[in-house]
Amino acid sequence: MMSTTAEGYLTPDHAHSGHSEPGFISKYVFSLDHKIIGLQFLFSTLIWFLIGGLLALAIRWQLAWPWTEMPIFGNAFAAQGGQMPPEFYTMLFTMHATVMIFFVIIPILAGAFGNFLIPLMIGADDMAFPTLNMLSYWFMWPAFLCIGSSFFVEGGAAAAGWTSYPTLSVQEAAAPGSGTGQTLWLLGVTFVGISSMMGSINYMTTIIAMRAPGMSMFRLPLTIWSMFITAVLQAFALPVLTAAGFMQILDRSVGTGFFIPEGNIVNNSVAAAGGGQPLLWQHLFWFYSHPAVYIMILPAMGMVSDMISCFARKPIFGYKPMVYSISGIAGLGFIVWGHHMFVSGMNPYLGMTFMTATMMIALPSAIKVFNWLGTLWGGKIIYSTSMLFALSFVSMFIIGGLSGIFMAATPVDIFIHDTYFIVAHFHYVLFSGTAMAVFGAIYYWFPKMFGRMMNEFWGKIHFFLTFIFLNGTFFPMHILGIVGFPRRLADPYHYETFQHLVGMNQFMTYCAFGMVATQIIFAANFIGSIFFGKPSGRNPWGANGLEWAAPSPPGHGNFDFQPVVYRGPYEYGHPEVETDNYPQIQPPPQEPQPA
Amino acid sequence: MGRFWAFLFLLVPILGVGLFLVAADESSRPLLNHWFPVDISEYGYVIDDLFMAILWMTGIVFVATEICLVWFMMRYDRSRNSQPVKFTHGSHTLEVVWTILPAATLLFIAIYQMNAWANTKIRRPDEPGLTVEVVARQFEWRLRYPGKDGEFDTPDDIYHVNDLHVPVDEDILVRLKSQDVLHSFFLPNLRVKQDAVPGMDIPVWFKAKKNGAYDLVCAELCGWGHYKMRGRLTVQSRADFDQWLDELDREGQRRESEALASSELE
Repeated sequence: MMSTTAEGYLTPDHAHSGHSEPGFISKYVFSLDHKIIGLQFLFSTLIWFLIGGLLALAIRWQLAWPWTEMPIFGNAFAAQGGQMPPEFYTMLFTMHATVMIFFVIIPILAGAFGNFLIPLMIGADDMAFPTLNMLSYWFMWPAFLCIGSSFFVEGGAAAAGWTSYPTLSVQEAAAPGSGTGQTLWLLGVTFVGISSMMGSINYMTTIIAMRAPGMSMFRLPLTIWSMFITAVLQAFALPVLTAAGFMQILDRSVGTGFFIPEGNIVNNSVAAAGGGQPLLWQHLFWFYSHPAVYIMILPAMGMVSDMISCFARKPIFGYKPMVYSISGIAGLGFIVWGHHMFVSGMNPYLGMTFMTATMMIALPSAIKVFNWLGTLWGGKIIYSTSMLFALSFVSMFIIGGLSGIFMAATPVDIFIHDTYFIVAHFHYVLFSGTAMAVFGAIYYWFPKMFGRMMNEFWGKIHFFLTFIFLNGTFFPMHILGIVGFPRRLADPYHYETFQHLVGMNQFMTYCAFGMVATQIIFAANFIGSIFFGKPSGRNPWGANGLEWAAPSPPGHGNFDFQPVVYRGPYEYGHPEVETDNYPQIQPPPQEPQPA
Repeated sequence: MGRFWAFLFLLVPILGVGLFLVAADESSRPLLNHWFPVDISEYGYVIDDLFMAILWMTGIVFVATEICLVWFMMRYDRSRNSQPVKFTHGSHTLEVVWTILPAATLLFIAIYQMNAWANTKIRRPDEPGLTVEVVARQFEWRLRYPGKDGEFDTPDDIYHVNDLHVPVDEDILVRLKSQDVLHSFFLPNLRVKQDAVPGMDIPVWFKAKKNGAYDLVCAELCGWGHYKMRGRLTVQSRADFDQWLDELDREGQRRESEALASSELE
């Protein structure tokens, strides 16, 4: 597929001159083209996004009107009078988190946007390892099948939380979902891990080895920098999760006892083996899953930086500090996992160490926010739909970032741990942050993906309603957390302390329904625009990046010329040129010859 | 349109701060008791105060950055800003300032709270007035009082379920264990939370300052019945507590002798 000349570069049309037109299957199904693979990831993850959202609605229903008949879903429980049984509720939040994290956020950022954008933005004709790339998508399917089918096995899908803490998750008698459902869950997550690993190897190699002439590391768009760092994080953190997952599978099926203490009796059934430690799983799990939190936000930060600079028509403020803070987050991200375990029974002295490291990781995030604000300062802001989503990312990330400081403070965490304050925090980071950035990125790069524009009017309606409803859904969670309202309870009103909170929960549920309903506008706009959108041309936003120099959509091999890079990607409003953008491929004006 | 969007973003700090103010105001009708539950502990105020301190600090940063964002959105709207773009790639001085200021603040918070953490998790009381063993299991709290000799694993141990009684104004030491899966021992009114882990014996301590009955919540997912794993904490005077424990002991002995008698009959 790829070959390199002595100079390391080969023009795409030359490289592919001998190719015949591929058939439908090899072009759209088992495609080796990074753009098709990116779109495959995009469509798959958007469908799972819908499923995950519906699971969330079922959770919200139970919290607003516990033990009442639920519309549509309720038919499944005709035997219980339409009520959701409590074990079903535990399965709901487990699968909501699993789907959103492993099937939506991680693959939509790295899989969809990483795949689509990396070769285009660095000026390569494809990924370094196209076959590996194809496999990284198709390894998602065993995961989809494992998790999807687990809903229908005896006992239902996994119900031990997405964190899968032993011994609840390893001893079958502990919960209905801890049978086959849990095994399928572990296999599913392992397949996602294999997929991510293949992706990350590919991204690192491609970014290091296949940049166009002139594209030095410090001329890379921040999207690419964040994808690069994310790939590094994945490559180093994932093996730990995979190993831990296999240890849990062994505990469950072979009879080892990595996570089971001696003679542990659950529901009158004695564990086959013992001598293990439940906390060991928590350490291993969070050693991956805390860096994974940054895997889920860094690419969003990168894409937001690109959108903000483009629509403020101004260079990004502090490019290098941005790169360093991405790296700083990644480095510190490996030594803060213990902050998920302050009340777990871990040595309290260790808690102090993790607390200090955690406080420090707020710093690079703060630097990034200040730099985004600095980028807006003195710009000429265009309020496109993607800019609105990017700005809302900044606004919402401030909330999600600041609320993290509360739980980093160990004494405060004693009270708010496992309450809705935590739920508020990560939804502000992951939905109001990452998902909003993803929406923005879809509006922004849609023209490059399909050669057509999405409708801006309906895009803004979509933004407006989503912005209102998400705050209505997630902001009151902070208040619930201050009262101590615990997460993962099928009926929190069982406790005297929380009985009066049902009204606020009902308000949040109305907003959640509104938020999901709003996405119908997005779906219609997205699908309609693929077929009927206004043709976009190569560079509809007047942006600088290399991807905008390629045709829309780019053909096989991406560029119809050999891109050569003369400058960084954020030279908007440059005094040297008359236009307000200054594309990376545009040669500098000729120096006047001395007479 | 820039003004419209700026106004929309302005709602975030206004409504956000507003909601916190209304919730924190104890006299507000619509959100009555939407704030910390009543604190009846000796040291819980440390946690509440630390929370409030962080709330003030983050609140100021929150309002300042959001207002700044809104201001830039208005001021630098393309249709209103006739000036050319300020062509700049950043400012070294500013980067240094906004690195050092938050770093110092965060480090301050980190060091400031260590003492509170040590008091709640490291410095165990030397001579607790009462030691009680709490064994969590699906889906109940099994309690064991040491009886008159003050020692566990002796014949006079007193057993009970879900209904934890403690004397007021005394250091209580809980030896927290789990029999099956993870649970979490959460007393919202005492600002106490500690996971119970199978295979571990974890000390938890608190001192209650006010008589009454309060919730004991399980705060770590422990299976399908997690939501109903509800215990109660009763704080009472030493005399009432001793009397209650005596009755519990007598009742337990009566039931034991009945069981013994019935087994002898068989």
